Amino acid sequence: MSAVAEAHAHGDHPPAAHASSRVPPVLLGMYLFIASEAMLFGSFFAAYFFARVSAGPDVWPPFRPGTEEQFHLPVYLALLNTIILVTSSFTVHWALQSIKRENRAGLIAGLGLTFLLGLTFLLIQAREYTRLGFSPRDLAFGSTFYGLTGLHGLHVFVGLNLLAYAFIRSVRGHYSAKSHFGVELPGIYWHFVDVMWIVVYTTVYII
Amino acid sequence: MRNPIRSEAEAFSFVIVVGLSALAVGVAGWLGGFWVGLGTFIGLGAGVVAGIFLRSEPRAGEPAIWERSSPADARRHILVIANETCAGRALCDEIRYRARGCDADVLVIAPALSSPVRYWASDVDGARAAAQARVDASLAALAAAGVRVRGEVGDADPLQAIEDGLRTFGADEIIVSTHPPGRSNWLERNVVERARELYDLPITHVVVDLEHEEAFLRSS
Repeated sequence: MSAVAEAHAHGDHPPAAHASSRVPPVLLGMYLFIASEAMLFGSFFAAYFFARVSAGPDVWPPFRPGTEEQFHLPVYLALLNTIILVTSSFTVHWALQSIKRENRAGLIAGLGLTFLLGLTFLLIQAREYTRLGFSPRDLAFGSTFYGLTGLHGLHVFVGLNLLAYAFIRSVRGHYSAKSHFGVELPGIYWHFVDVMWIVVYTTVYII
Repeated sequence: MRNPIRSEAEAFSFVIVVGLSALAVGVAGWLGGFWVGLGTFIGLGAGVVAGIFLRSEPRAGEPAIWERSSPADARRHILVIANETCAGRALCDEIRYRARGCDADVLVIAPALSSPVRYWASDVDGARAAAQARVDASLAALAAAGVRVRGEVGDADPLQAIEDGLRTFGADEIIVSTHPPGRSNWLERNVVERARELYDLPITHVVVDLEHEEAFLRSS
């Protein structure tokens, strides 16, 4: 096709969609998804801080109804979980750096370790739930606590599915130094989950 | 504002920043109580957000995911961004010079120049038609010189137009054509310098003096 003909080529059919975004659609989708997730977490945090400020900061965690005993949160167990999750950010980063250097063993090991660390986090959280001694029905404290940590746990579960998919693909020989989009996107998502947990831990367990 | 997570590596750095901030909040809350901890949390959070907004220039290092594409074939890809100077003789000479002696594909993008009001009202048909006419004139001149070229109308923002072109075309080099200093809106906005900072590609700046060229043609 000549240059002039090519310039007029879309005269008899609709022109191609004009690409005006700076970001590829797949990545843009992940960004929008993460942005919506951040807003979702924001609404849960708003509920948590409203309940907490309404109750008064000096009586938080609140007293169990009809008793002089405060609710108790396992700060050190959650700290262990925080360390596990932060470590998993390092391992997923290592996995991606490995495949960029064509180190497939590093990729597989990194993704496998990340998956195991994430799974450990979830199992510890499930164990913590069974021993907390309160439920989502126990005051706004229980509702917001389970709401925030449960929402985050759900995201960890989704992240584990993405990691498992990437892990299986890496074992089957997918990805290379030039093509590793399928690891990078779950990696970004996993870091988002990690950041959210750091904020949850700091606000709910520490301050 | 600059996107803080252009790649996994930057998202990882973001995790580190948030982790260290959380550590500071934890220590503040532990030492000073809830209100000190909450104040530190809000202050550091606002600081991180402000840092993201204020750091507009990209830092050197790993390119964003969408900046890593490369041409699928072995031909040399030359991306040309030009507006009213699209069919200027100096620009055509430069493109011919750059494309000679190699198997080159040239993409000419002419941004659809429109006022902000027309842009927001989606009344850009006239601007796009004018840009298309400039592209046609440029393609005709280059095709006559034997250059394999195609053209399209791009975004009104020249940097955005370059980015779109890079994503769909994957250039080896970029040519930016402008009016001479003093008459060029793009030069006033430092488009060439900003493009050189943004893209790790050879960028040639061609100045086209249309008045001078027309006067020369009339005299000869």
